[in-house]
Amino acid sequence: MLKVSIYRYNPETDKAPYMQDYELDTQGKDLMVLDVLELLKAEDPTLSFRRSCREGVCGSDGMNISGRNGLACTTPLSEAAPKGKLVLRPLPGLPVVRDLVVDMEQFYEQYKKIEPYLQNDTPAPAIERLQSPEQREKLDGLYECILCACCSTACPSFWWNPDKFIGPAGLLQAYRFLADSRDLATDERLSNLDDPFSVFRCHGIQNCVNVCPKGLNPTRAIGHIRNMLLTRAV
Amino acid sequence: MVRTVTSFGRSGTFDWLYQRVTAVVLVAYTLFIVGFIFFSEDFGYQAWSELFAQRWVRVFSLVALLSTIIHAWIGLWSVVTDYITNRMMGPKATVLRLAVEALLAAVAVFYAVWGIEILWGV
Repeated sequence: MLKVSIYRYNPETDKAPYMQDYELDTQGKDLMVLDVLELLKAEDPTLSFRRSCREGVCGSDGMNISGRNGLACTTPLSEAAPKGKLVLRPLPGLPVVRDLVVDMEQFYEQYKKIEPYLQNDTPAPAIERLQSPEQREKLDGLYECILCACCSTACPSFWWNPDKFIGPAGLLQAYRFLADSRDLATDERLSNLDDPFSVFRCHGIQNCVNVCPKGLNPTRAIGHIRNMLLTRAV
Repeated sequence: MVRTVTSFGRSGTFDWLYQRVTAVVLVAYTLFIVGFIFFSEDFGYQAWSELFAQRWVRVFSLVALLSTIIHAWIGLWSVVTDYITNRMMGPKATVLRLAVEALLAAVAVFYAVWGIEILWGV
């Protein structure tokens, strides 16, 4: 039997959040954590969580799984509960809407700040703006981000200043546009990041790298942004 | 863009660079002083006062003291703005943060003046 402990909170009826224990017969299968949640929800329909694609593409089911942020749909029990005990909590640092569902507003506000779209006011060519294979290669490791928020909510700097520090996810995307040969707003983008909070609250502890379910490296991207800011300033 | 007026240099890049440069100065000064203590033969008052009689040692010491102050300001300002925030404590955080920053600034000025007195007073 698998023991599951889940963070429960319904703001309409509960005064405070609490941990609820469940037991589940997995029949010896190495289920994904999301499968466990679905099976438990069949028993207890009040259990709330977000999910959509169930294959690590949509980024909806980011949560804290046995102490580590990750996607429920791509985390197997063998990894999350090797001793038969699974603990599920919402992503840390964001306001809880209900059970495992968090309010992502602060996360999206930071994403919005970095203007996550190509900026290029030169006349558009007839078909498309071309890139050489080398220019395109620079976007590898950046464009794959699914904005699940696992990294930013694992970052203490984002916990303390979610209104000021862009956070690893936003900064990875900021660099994705700084590194894009088709984007011409490099200088404005850098100017918007050159304060003591937006980029420089990153102290390089690499919690983001440790938890990213897509294996990306926001700390490296932040290092690149810092080097661009430095190159421009000295 | 987040506006700040109490950070050391207003710009994050500036603060980041100064924190690293001052760290290098402090490493160099620490190695210099510790090295002097360990490698000088007959280390005592005489050797110590002869060392500090040289102007470049006083200047190096002052640079190290100022580096300590700058390094500490940038670092502690980060700590203060991490933990004493209006988001966590409400409006009273502004008063508290400003008070802590003023205290840190006062300590910094006090140590700077005292350090100059010591270095050039003996």
